[in-house]
Amino acid sequence: MKGQAIIETEGLTKVYGQEVAVDDLTFSLHEGELFGFLGPNGAGKTTTLLMLLGLTEPTGGKARVFDVEPTRDPIKVKSLVGYLAENMGFYSDLDAWETLRFVARLNRLSDEVAAPRIENALKTVGLADEAAKKVGAYSRGMRQRLGIAELLIKEPKVAFLDEPTLGLDPDATNRMVELIETLCKDNKMTILLPSHQLHQVQRLCNRVGIMIKGKMVAVGPMEQLAKEKLGVGTEKYTLEEIYMKFFQEA
Amino acid sequence: MHGLLTIYRKELADDFSSYRFMILFALIAMVSLILTYVVGLTLKQELEGVAKPSFVFLKLFTFGHIISLVQLVAIIGPVVGLILGFDTINRERNEGTLSKLLSQPIYRDDVINGKFLAGVTTITVMLVSIVLLVTGLGLKMVGVVPGMEEVWRIIFYLVISIIYISFWLGVAILFSILFRSVATSALAAVAVWVFFWLFFPMVAGSVASVTTGEITGTSAEAAIRQARLQKAISLASPMGLYNDATATVIDPQRKTTRSIVLMGPMEQLSLARFYGPLPLSQSLLVVVPYIITLIAITAICFAVSYTVFMRQEIRSV
Repeated sequence: MKGQAIIETEGLTKVYGQEVAVDDLTFSLHEGELFGFLGPNGAGKTTTLLMLLGLTEPTGGKARVFDVEPTRDPIKVKSLVGYLAENMGFYSDLDAWETLRFVARLNRLSDEVAAPRIENALKTVGLADEAAKKVGAYSRGMRQRLGIAELLIKEPKVAFLDEPTLGLDPDATNRMVELIETLCKDNKMTILLPSHQLHQVQRLCNRVGIMIKGKMVAVGPMEQLAKEKLGVGTEKYTLEEIYMKFFQEA
Repeated sequence: MHGLLTIYRKELADDFSSYRFMILFALIAMVSLILTYVVGLTLKQELEGVAKPSFVFLKLFTFGHIISLVQLVAIIGPVVGLILGFDTINRERNEGTLSKLLSQPIYRDDVINGKFLAGVTTITVMLVSIVLLVTGLGLKMVGVVPGMEEVWRIIFYLVISIIYISFWLGVAILFSILFRSVATSALAAVAVWVFFWLFFPMVAGSVASVTTGEITGTSAEAAIRQARLQKAISLASPMGLYNDATATVIDPQRKTTRSIVLMGPMEQLSLARFYGPLPLSQSLLVVVPYIITLIAITAICFAVSYTVFMRQEIRSV
């Protein structure tokens, strides 16, 4: 475990009517980490993210992001956290440059400061040649990369990337995985990565958490979980095996 | 403030470059220019032989064979407001841009405030340019330059119209928050418009005659009582409010917001001797309560949107 805890939750709970979406969740995210957040559909991963961002009010419990409560000061939290939603939408009438400028303005960056950043970000994600094209004409892979470019403009300390590789072709997936590595290494972002792509998570993440039916059933480095659950040493497991084991038990 | 300003700028650019704005503007400009042209022709004929016609210029707005320009704005204005706003929030929600917008460091109310203000600006630009077009055509056709008071009356008319259309924009934004589907909110908006335009006057009339329990024409008192009641009911409709307010502001000869005044030939004769225009300040005094009510219902509508939107879940799925 490296760095200090930057996100901490304590008994975080969200109830929708009769249904408990997130049940008494306690976990922490440390600086510089790439945290894989696993769990079946509807396990409450996205709800957790929304509560951490202050977009959804928790029913109970507490969350702290950089020692700020998202419900108390959502603006502060949102300026520190970048969010790439699962079905990220874009204004189809704007081109890539305008989209990024809009994001920059929302983040209080003046156009002069933003211009070189936009150029760099477009280069990093490989959209420099398509910058003048309307986002409506973008493919899914390009849109996801534009989403990453938005994060590069914003330069948050933490990024929540919700299923960033969902529905991408193999080549686009590879580029995306590389970009996520860049974000973590070069831009020093801490990344929370909810995903179903277990082999990617295994390749990318230092630590994983498995959430099933609103409960975090396991948190820790993969080796540790492997040892606990499968009783095998390092290099002898796949994340899929660990995940399925937990899933069957729950 | 930066969030509000950024969204305002983007929405304004979107509004002005959108097809719906261009179509609306072209349609309204066309209809009002045709109306003005016809009114201009008849006005010329009517004014022949009149020694000192007064407030000729304002007649461009109040005259009309089928419909006057003022009436046209009363009916079409709501459509402009509704069309500009019916998909404000739900389209962003459906396209997944709302969660992106709200995950940036801006206040939630910046989103609706920015969008509302951009809509109001669009409405203002639209109305002002149409009135200027009409004024230009009128100047050329009638050949009478408007006096200072006429200009002021037109300005007040514009202000009331902008508030009125903004009210409808507020209604549309409220629907776009309440209904997740764009089609539903469009339909609800049209329903409300048709209700106030066609059904409300009918309802007001029949409710008035039922409650007073008398048939029109039996006695003068009964007729007056009924007309008063009908008037009171029709003021519950924003269209009724707007009609009365603008008619009084734009027509100096009108001294009351009541639309029917019963009188016999002798009264008419004696009244004609005092047939002088009302000064602007007096006209305004008559309509101030109407304007305040219009602002109030807009504020209420906005307050409801605000409360609903602040508590709403924003997940797109």
